[in-house]
Amino acid sequence: MADLTLKERLNIPRQHIPEQDPQERVRNFQEVNLGYDEETAVLEANRCIQCKKPQCVDGCPVLVDIPEFIQLVVERRFREAAAVIKKDNTLPAVCGRVCPQEVQCEATCVLSKRGEPVAIGHLERYVADWEREHIGIQIPEKREPTGKRVAVVGSGPAGLSCADDLILMGHAVTVFEALHALGGVLVYGIPEFRLPKAVVQAEVDALDQFGVEFRTNYIIGFTETVDELLARFDAVFLGVGAGLPYFLDIPGEHLNGVYSANEYLTRVNLMKAYDFPRSDTPMFDMQDKNVAVFGGGNTAMDVVRTSLRLGAKRAVIMYRRTEAELPARIEEVIHAKEEGVEFMLLVSPIELIGDENGWLTSVRLQHMELGAPDASGRRRPLPIEGQTEEIPIDAAVIAIGNGSNPIIPQTTPDLEVNRWGNIIVDSQTMRTSKKGVFAGGDIVTGGATVILAMGAGRIAAKSINDYLNHPDVW
Amino acid sequence: MNTIVEARFLGPDTKLLRIVAPPIARKRKPGQFVIARVHAEGERIPLTIADADAEQGTITLIVLGIGKTTKLINTLEAGDCLEDLAGPLGQPSDIQNFGTAVCIGGGVGTAVVFPIAKALKSAGNYVISIAGGRDAASVILENELRQISDEVYPTTDDGSHGFHGLVTDKLQELIDAGQRIDYVFASGPVPMMQAVAAITARYEIKTGVSLNPIMVDGTGMCGGCRALVNNQTVFVCVDGPEFDAHQVDFDTLMLRNRMYREQEEASLDAHQCKLEAHADMRRA
Repeated sequence: MADLTLKERLNIPRQHIPEQDPQERVRNFQEVNLGYDEETAVLEANRCIQCKKPQCVDGCPVLVDIPEFIQLVVERRFREAAAVIKKDNTLPAVCGRVCPQEVQCEATCVLSKRGEPVAIGHLERYVADWEREHIGIQIPEKREPTGKRVAVVGSGPAGLSCADDLILMGHAVTVFEALHALGGVLVYGIPEFRLPKAVVQAEVDALDQFGVEFRTNYIIGFTETVDELLARFDAVFLGVGAGLPYFLDIPGEHLNGVYSANEYLTRVNLMKAYDFPRSDTPMFDMQDKNVAVFGGGNTAMDVVRTSLRLGAKRAVIMYRRTEAELPARIEEVIHAKEEGVEFMLLVSPIELIGDENGWLTSVRLQHMELGAPDASGRRRPLPIEGQTEEIPIDAAVIAIGNGSNPIIPQTTPDLEVNRWGNIIVDSQTMRTSKKGVFAGGDIVTGGATVILAMGAGRIAAKSINDYLNHPDVW
Repeated sequence: MNTIVEARFLGPDTKLLRIVAPPIARKRKPGQFVIARVHAEGERIPLTIADADAEQGTITLIVLGIGKTTKLINTLEAGDCLEDLAGPLGQPSDIQNFGTAVCIGGGVGTAVVFPIAKALKSAGNYVISIAGGRDAASVILENELRQISDEVYPTTDDGSHGFHGLVTDKLQELIDAGQRIDYVFASGPVPMMQAVAAITARYEIKTGVSLNPIMVDGTGMCGGCRALVNNQTVFVCVDGPEFDAHQVDFDTLMLRNRMYREQEEASLDAHQCKLEAHADMRRA
């Protein structure tokens, strides 16, 4: 197949990734996407026309050499393909599953102008899974030990990728995690059916084997302050992730049956509440219940799809704009619909109503219409006067984003934060206002994506390396 | 890690555990708590740090066995380990020299009160401690309180020990007797804290309470521990656990604490036999 003509390549349809049947998967927590087999991966890779000036790379936040790894897939040189991706992306098995490719590399793929883009995400996933399953996650050669020590705070995508790069550079790295499990949002936030815990664990294990030290149950700020870390480490990276969830600020948010997405997902994913009472953490009993999820991002999709898997009779996304403005990945929206999720669009909750025992019974919705574009460029939803509706629900989950965690700013007085509590950094170097301290990921940007956090971790690692070589310059 | 070096019952279901946790022992301030897990499938529960010894590197937790997790913790003995222990968490208590401070503990809430009473005494306050319980056996830490208080009043609902009546009856008695009170700190069941707040509000006595909502992560991530204080949503794990008693919406807290009552009972029932078998094994 290596000598296909351009026309032949263009005639290959985009290869669909096999999925669990919607009727089946909505009753289990196993991964929805099953992944390509080798022949399908090679066929899909053959769709890439190897542009002279590849646009896909510019669409990738971490600039993976996409045409090169795809060419290696065509040649079935999967080991080398994995090595190419991992030059720029330390978590390809994760990113291949959760990156919003349709607005990144696949959006800029030349083929997307005339038809469907190359399935870059599916191929990345195939290569990463091939490596993990066939030869184990390969560890590149480590440089001579530098004798420098770096503390990485948080074991989510920002922290893991930062730790990975730093250890390759020969520095000693200790990762501090506040929770009892490693992986941050990859384990407490993203559900098993989208990102199996085993995939994350394999990445953590590889880092562990490579010499990264992990400390769980360790809350930087309280167990040890940033200043204390600086006394025993040469540099500190703060990748502590997003913080407290936003609420809607409407009456009834304290009723039982009302969750933040963070709490809901943490109970199910990290604490395995779906397995209650075998696992000790309880959860609202979703069996045959009506569940409303407020929000339209990936987190909202994760929650609503989780609700169906927990036995909900009816699971509804309630979103204040239209489908075109949904911030979620397209794949998540499609999967949600296939599984039976309902979408109520142009509605905004204005009151949660409960019974005398403090349990949620219904939501009052305000119907909306779209007005002029707001600062985000999306058309602003405006209430239509007098048009409200009350809908009975048993549970509600608020998935409208997160603020910042206050613990590190409160305990690190000379660390500058903005008015939302996000740490201020130089975007080129990820340096904070405090010498020797770097930051990246959601604690800097507010809620964003895994790939952006990972990219920030890698920029920080490079910058930390520069700083360790020239510690007098800040 | 997290090895228990001392374990003894203070009352029928209330156990004191001293645990090796040097970083927490070094850093903890009165009013802070830890998150603990008892086994690999365990839930994360908050427990107030009742005391700590920085030199020995130990912290003391006092646990009332009421649900599956707490009962399971109370089967642990010296030499056993907790699966996970993280902390210290939360804002330290507001410790000042107020003048005369009354520290009120109800049941296991006395374990929350003890470190704060101790700190208030060190800060120069005249400390009056009231430790209440259903009966004599459920009044805890009375001797410990005597060492750090100027006056101590045990109270029991059934009159089997100390003052016959509720902690609030004793508080009212002190007020009626003309006792000058500049500050009250209370911890215990929500209705008790609410009742204390109602009395001290009448006399405009500054009052602090330590709230005990359901938590998951305890580190400012999940938002499950939200409470209404001064009509604003607060997150007890990072904004508290201590708040101005006169601003707390106790009714909402009480309702929210009942959220998992059915599941908690089912979980306890399902494991009761197992726990008993476990305890028998230990005894054997």
